[in-house]
Amino acid sequence: MRKHRRSRQTISIRLRKKKIKSIIAFIIVGAFGILFLMPIILTISNSFMAASEITSNYGIIFETSDTGGKKFISETVNLKFIPDMVSFNQYITVLLKSPEYLLKFWNSIILVGPIVIFQLTVACLAAYSFTRTRGRLKEILFFSYIIVMLMPYQVTLVPNYLVSGWLNILDTYWAIWLPGIFSPFAVYLLTKFMRKIPTSVIEAAQIDGAGEWQIFRTICMPLCKSAVYSVAILIFIDYWNMVEQPLILLSDAEMHPLSVFLSKINSGEIGLAFAVATIYMIPTLLVFLYGEDYLVEGITYQGGIKG
Amino acid sequence: MESLKKERLKSKKKHDRRAKFGWALYLAPSLIGVLVFFVLPFVVVIYYSLVDNPISHNFVFLDNFKRVLGNAAFRLAAGNTLKFSLIAVPLAVVLSLILAILLEGGLPYKSQLRTFFLSPMMVPIASIVLIWQVLFHYNGVVNNMLAVFGVDKIDWMKSAYAPVVIVLLFLWKNLGYNMILFMAALSSIPKDIIEVAQLESATPWQIFFYIKTRYLSSTILFVTIMSLINSFKVFREVYLLTGDYPYDTLYLLQHFMNNTFRSLDYQKLSAAAIIMAIVMIVIIGILFLTESRFGKDVEG
Repeated sequence: MRKHRRSRQTISIRLRKKKIKSIIAFIIVGAFGILFLMPIILTISNSFMAASEITSNYGIIFETSDTGGKKFISETVNLKFIPDMVSFNQYITVLLKSPEYLLKFWNSIILVGPIVIFQLTVACLAAYSFTRTRGRLKEILFFSYIIVMLMPYQVTLVPNYLVSGWLNILDTYWAIWLPGIFSPFAVYLLTKFMRKIPTSVIEAAQIDGAGEWQIFRTICMPLCKSAVYSVAILIFIDYWNMVEQPLILLSDAEMHPLSVFLSKINSGEIGLAFAVATIYMIPTLLVFLYGEDYLVEGITYQGGIKG
Repeated sequence: MESLKKERLKSKKKHDRRAKFGWALYLAPSLIGVLVFFVLPFVVVIYYSLVDNPISHNFVFLDNFKRVLGNAAFRLAAGNTLKFSLIAVPLAVVLSLILAILLEGGLPYKSQLRTFFLSPMMVPIASIVLIWQVLFHYNGVVNNMLAVFGVDKIDWMKSAYAPVVIVLLFLWKNLGYNMILFMAALSSIPKDIIEVAQLESATPWQIFFYIKTRYLSSTILFVTIMSLINSFKVFREVYLLTGDYPYDTLYLLQHFMNNTFRSLDYQKLSAAAIIMAIVMIVIIGILFLTESRFGKDVEG
């Protein structure tokens, strides 16, 4: 009896210890989590400050590059979460008075949209092919796709540049579209997913007399819907963020997407920079809000844990 | 009878061939694209790296490579990139593994925390650069905070400390992605093995090192490779923060490539690209071999 009680006591002590431990862990992880969120929140909250407030808060930082600062700027930097006065001035200026930002935003859409749509189309077909037959040749091809996928831009941009030169598409959007569309990333991911579809499903359809195209359209694609969404999200973020390709393949700065252009905002326009930055992240944040589960699923498949 | 069988075999063969042809058709668009935009030009890149110039086509073999390897700018860029990867990649792997273990260990608000850590991945770097500048400027927030503790002002972006800022930005951006991978891997470890170990009174550390790392090895490999690739992409962050001409410690391989593109020195460019491709393949090969030795007794 006594022995029993003692063991219960140690268990309860152990449980309490565990609870304390997990509370401490929660506080630490939670603090880090909030820290991670800070830059995003700050960018958004700062976008609701009037230009004058921005200059008085951060002027000293962005003005130092200029030679003669004539207006008074406070000596210290005030990082503020909440604007003194909520103002939509930045947005009004960006949306109505300075068309160059909207133009660059439009460039981003024009660049990324076709890549997402057509890379997926091409990749779905290729992944289906990699799934349906698995000869030695196919395995070698698939392996070389992986190698190409793993190469950093510093390597792939040189071949891309050469081809663009040959095809005479340098300094046009085609120079970014085409390598983007044929990038093997989506093929890899979708193949990994499709290979999980039980072959019995496809064989059953075959026995019922379905042709390849029919199997692809009515069985394979519906089963891969979530994978297609998640790959679409991954492609979208990757290209929405692009910097290297436009810098090398598009010499005309007018054609650059906002991701490159944002770094060139000079001190005179700092008053609206936060609004531009916020506008630029809205599409990705929306995609994230609606597709977080797909994104997580996509990343998981990428890791091959399920595949 | 015999002829019927033959006939049937023939028709089956024909069907197979047609099927094969059909599947080739599905693969064709992608395959042609990959060949035209990646593989064939890369062969040309190899060729360019071996000749003296694209017009006279004299083979010079390794001269271009020697020229690149002897180039001071390339050495600086390669050294900086290597240093950055050596610091950032292990940190990204270890920290995200710790985060994943803590989150999988049953913290409350797990999905919210997951969202917090994953959100940086979604935000374009260009949008965040402003905040980073406010934080790490000479008169910025971090220096002001450090001043409270009596630390002298550090000119973060224009000193030997510059890579620290980039490492932080890299971790901020990539930890969530790695963490998701580890979380999925952790949750797929069979529970019964761990329960048995617990019954045998194994300590949590023993369980981690002797059981979990075995199951995690393929994920660790993958996370390391992805972090490595992402560490090569960090040029984005550096470019957006500092422009074309960063401080010396931030001069990366992509800067070198950009400058070489501007001078249109194809030989140098090709040789540099091939050196990088070889280094990349060697590193990934070593990682694969290590993993297959380490995790081979675990199935699945």
